[in-house]
Amino acid sequence: MSANMKRRVGPGQAKPVLKVQDLAVHYQLEQGGLLRSETVPLRAVDGMSFELYRGETLGVVGESGCGKSTLARALLGLVRPRRGRVLWLGQDLTQLDEKALRKKRKEIQIIFQDPLASLNPRMTVGDIIAEPLWTFYPKIARVQVEERVRGMMKMVGLLPNQINRYPHEFSGGQCQRIGIARALVLNPQLIICDEPVSALDVSIQAQIINLLRDLQRKLRLSLLFIAHDLAVVRHISDRVMVMYLGRAMEVASADALYRRPLHPYTSALVKAVPIPDPALARQPVDTGLTGDMPSPLNPPAGCVFHTRCPYAVKRCQLEVPPLRRLEHGDWVACHRAEELDLTIVKRPSSTV
Amino acid sequence: MALLEVRDLQVSFETPDGTVEAVRGIDFSLQPGEGLAIVGESGSGKSQAMLAMLGLLAENGSASGVARYRGQDLMAMTPPQLNAHRGKDIAMIFQDPMTSLNPYLSIERQMVEVVRHHQGLGRREAQTHAVEMLRAVRIPDPEQRIKQYPHEFSGGMRQRILIAMGLLCEPAILIADEPTTALDVTVQAQIAALVREVVARSGMASILITHDLGVVAGVSDKVMVMYAGQVVEYGTTEQIYHHPQHPYTRGLIASVPRLDQVDDRQLHAIPGNPPNLLDLPQGCSFRERCGAAFEACGAAPELAAAGQGQQVRCHLERDA
Repeated sequence: MSANMKRRVGPGQAKPVLKVQDLAVHYQLEQGGLLRSETVPLRAVDGMSFELYRGETLGVVGESGCGKSTLARALLGLVRPRRGRVLWLGQDLTQLDEKALRKKRKEIQIIFQDPLASLNPRMTVGDIIAEPLWTFYPKIARVQVEERVRGMMKMVGLLPNQINRYPHEFSGGQCQRIGIARALVLNPQLIICDEPVSALDVSIQAQIINLLRDLQRKLRLSLLFIAHDLAVVRHISDRVMVMYLGRAMEVASADALYRRPLHPYTSALVKAVPIPDPALARQPVDTGLTGDMPSPLNPPAGCVFHTRCPYAVKRCQLEVPPLRRLEHGDWVACHRAEELDLTIVKRPSSTV
Repeated sequence: MALLEVRDLQVSFETPDGTVEAVRGIDFSLQPGEGLAIVGESGSGKSQAMLAMLGLLAENGSASGVARYRGQDLMAMTPPQLNAHRGKDIAMIFQDPMTSLNPYLSIERQMVEVVRHHQGLGRREAQTHAVEMLRAVRIPDPEQRIKQYPHEFSGGMRQRILIAMGLLCEPAILIADEPTTALDVTVQAQIAALVREVVARSGMASILITHDLGVVAGVSDKVMVMYAGQVVEYGTTEQIYHHPQHPYTRGLIASVPRLDQVDDRQLHAIPGNPPNLLDLPQGCSFRERCGAAFEACGAAPELAAAGQGQQVRCHLERDA
């Protein structure tokens, strides 16, 4: 089975490179009338703990407003967390001052969603990719920079003779390649990819996913791959974390998560993905979900998912389920995980 | 007679860099009750073709060709003549539910306006009808919520409202341009099911414009695949998914990762970049990205029959 062919990277092997403990990011929003305004906390990320190993790809999925982008920003120190620790190779990044944190960004880089908007339109491709080098090694020789930049361009599938062109001369997929080259130029160990392919056309998405996977294996990078597309995340990830209203609902190996979800929300997400097969897609889908996602300004008490969960019982309204480790090593935040069987029944596909 | 008959529809835009031929002659017909999907990537011309038909092109755009709705050519109509059909006989739902509603007007105002204009109903009747439509798309408490403004609804709810507005006058054709793209996965599933349900219940014909092959599979009877402003393949949904003949269609299907298949291999990506409409290759537009290209591809292929109603624009040997 191809499940066994998958590289088994993850818990049980080495020490994690990244260890996040009880991380919370709250934004303070002003609310109220003319005379008396008060601030209310928006709990974008509210108590998340997880680990990431060397050479591992951890997928992060969740719908808009679940806090996945805030999580990325908090890991990079772009927003200050309200509490919790972000241990990078044993050192707590949340305790570092701005200067020390900047140095760490040599090791942790990010790739953004909108490829064109994240590139300076007035800089040439060569200057964009070289900028991190100049920032961290101001005394580096010009020839050395150019050699490195050309090497990076080749590695990500760009023609090195395009080094003097500007971003607008490239297509969306090529701009994302430029963004990847810029992220890789300092030899980082961790790359945070925030929706790196969702702005691209289908045929180009596959190119970028393949490129990221190849680079990750070649360079033994750790990737945190944030996306809303579950099929893409499954394809690239070793383990997947499912987020809802600022919390992790489940962290499991990619195969297990899609075959036998442990959390009712994961099950709903998996069932909702349309399948490109006419006979399967015409069958009615029941995700089991009711209603809309509650406002993060006023999250439900108890389990944040209980208002939409088809399996919720009294206990779910009262007690917050902790993210806990089950016997086989996967993590879930659900009181009823042991008694529920959420196995995805594979439907027979159609033929002509 | 076909409900809609489109012949040699062409759309071009004047830009500072030259004339962009966005749609380069498409033909299709739509039967009553039929569901057609137009699939293509950005710049394939799929949306512009539909906008041209409804007289909604941007100012620098111009269109030619014939689009007969029940025998009457929409392309030859004046704006007032078109207004009599838009919203009433042919309704269109747009991609972005955030920007398609007027933020200054209550939902009621926006819905009642349409019904009164087209169906000449009185205020009371129009209100009742609008509430019924909101109920049909499963908006809870429609009597109360119709008084609210767009910002008071979630994205999924707003898309439901747009669908309800599209259905208000019971059009013969509902055109939906990427109706689920801007929504979250779980909401997408609800909206796709809703579109499927209302189309089946009313018996109206539908045209779904999308890049998402997963959504198409569940909604449409026929699929038209577009590339660089042309139709490259046309067939039933089963033909397109199980027996695609154009290399682009095959590539598109193979490049989508599937959740229901365990697969650790490389995704089959289509090489190269999307076509530059200002600088298309000679001959077949897909030639430079096609793994099967050969000498004949230097000449532009015609859209030709490829067995059992399927049509393909490719020089490769077709199934007879």
